[in-house]
Amino acid sequence: MSLDTDASSSNTPNLFGSRRSRLFVGRRGLAASSISTVLLVGAIVLILFVAPGGAVFRYYFFNFHDMRIAWDGHSSQGISALSRSLFTNVWMFLVSEVLVLFFGLTIAWVRISHTPVLFPVRTLVTVYTDVFRGVPLLIVVYLVGDGVPALKLGFISNQSPAIYGVVALTLTYSAYVSEVLRAGINSVPHGQLLAARSLGLTPTSTMRRVVLPQAVRTVIPPLLNDFVSLQKDTALVSVLGVIEIANAGQISASTLFNGSGLVAAALFFLALTIPMTRLTDHLIERDRSRRLAGS
Amino acid sequence: MSEVVLELKDVVKRFADNEVLSGISLQLHRHEVVCLIGASGSGKSTLLRCANMLESIDAGSITLFGQALEDRRIDPNLVRRQIALVFQSFNLFPHLSVLDNIVLGPVYAMKRKRAEVREEALALLERIGLRDRADEFPDRLSGGQQQRVAIVRSLAMRPTLLLLDEVTSALDPTLVGEVLDLLRDLASSGTTMLIATHEMNFAKDVSHQVAYLDKGVLVEKGTPEQIFTSPQHEATRLFLERVR
Repeated sequence: MSLDTDASSSNTPNLFGSRRSRLFVGRRGLAASSISTVLLVGAIVLILFVAPGGAVFRYYFFNFHDMRIAWDGHSSQGISALSRSLFTNVWMFLVSEVLVLFFGLTIAWVRISHTPVLFPVRTLVTVYTDVFRGVPLLIVVYLVGDGVPALKLGFISNQSPAIYGVVALTLTYSAYVSEVLRAGINSVPHGQLLAARSLGLTPTSTMRRVVLPQAVRTVIPPLLNDFVSLQKDTALVSVLGVIEIANAGQISASTLFNGSGLVAAALFFLALTIPMTRLTDHLIERDRSRRLAGS
Repeated sequence: MSEVVLELKDVVKRFADNEVLSGISLQLHRHEVVCLIGASGSGKSTLLRCANMLESIDAGSITLFGQALEDRRIDPNLVRRQIALVFQSFNLFPHLSVLDNIVLGPVYAMKRKRAEVREEALALLERIGLRDRADEFPDRLSGGQQQRVAIVRSLAMRPTLLLLDEVTSALDPTLVGEVLDLLRDLASSGTTMLIATHEMNFAKDVSHQVAYLDKGVLVEKGTPEQIFTSPQHEATRLFLERVR
């Protein structure tokens, strides 16, 4: 077989592939994709109007009058205001997120360490992450929320259900987040570690000044995913009787025989998560362009 | 001859069954420049890493200012502040500006004041003509500029000894010159350096001693004239013929 390239032969290679449709190209392409998007969204909305039960559906979920009642609350009917119960979700996830970051990082740190001394601790945290990633959060909420008070341990057993909710969320999400952070730490090139150590930085400074800042940047999207998920899962704490926003929506739905309160609660979850994701995307983009384009 | 800074005696290093260094002995005096030459895999990089305590040795001894590094009481971080290591792949910190890359070691390893270190760092950048790039991030610089920043980052630690591990091997040929010029400049101002390199002409001009390594054995060492004009060993002669 000859090692020469085909260029020396007289056959001109054909560069026109079998592509026929040039629909999604240029201005025509933009028009085509806009129209199909509008049609799709339109079709979904249309279903709510033409379906046999469309009117009932719209009345049950999108009744602004009942949304208003759910939002303000109605003490004589026993409806707690969404506007107030919202704060329960907010403080529960804020506290959990701080705790999750702390424990997640500690667990990740232990798991990546190689010191023989830490072997027992490493085994423990490995079992811990396996268990808490595998058990449904709802069951953890029950076990902590009903189990700890049953122990009758004085102060520890006399906390409000919301506190046990925070504990359950922290237990489960620390396991998830520690894995995300561990992946991030492992993604930092070994040369970075060598460079930091060769400058005489201690292992702790190396971690804090060199490895973590780079690790966190790469894992921000998955980390954010877990935090959005945690925010939504504050709703599960309602099974302990905490009147958080989803529970308040549920109460209004069963009292008013109208589910609009639930939709209002959903809108508030969106109002919390969408700005957060937009802000983070903006920060990631700003950091990226600053690094690539100079100051 | 002036004071001995670094001394290696019969150093042996194994990775599993593979002996990478087989009894290397070498002395480095203050203000001296020693170049290590040899094919890839001859153990040059491993030798530098052992001296920096990034790798432990299996036999023999390495002494820095007469203190054996094998002693358990030796703090590797203090050793590394005396011996700076510059890498083939620069390893600048991509999340920090050029200035912060330089300032990091003195501030967090030596606990010096940021303002004071900053002035020194700017002066160092001035010296390599990159002062106006101080606030940019490493990704924006060319390979040669990055490597010069990496060298300056090591110098900011005011080390007694600079180890350089094939610092031009990852560079575009057009960028090699600016890095070698900086090293020549450092050599003429009396910086003590142990340099692993494939740049024979550079090794010839700059070094006081040249050592040829082959498969973990220090075959021959001597002045550049001895090594490059009348090598004593067949292996050295063959190696020099191949690289020329």
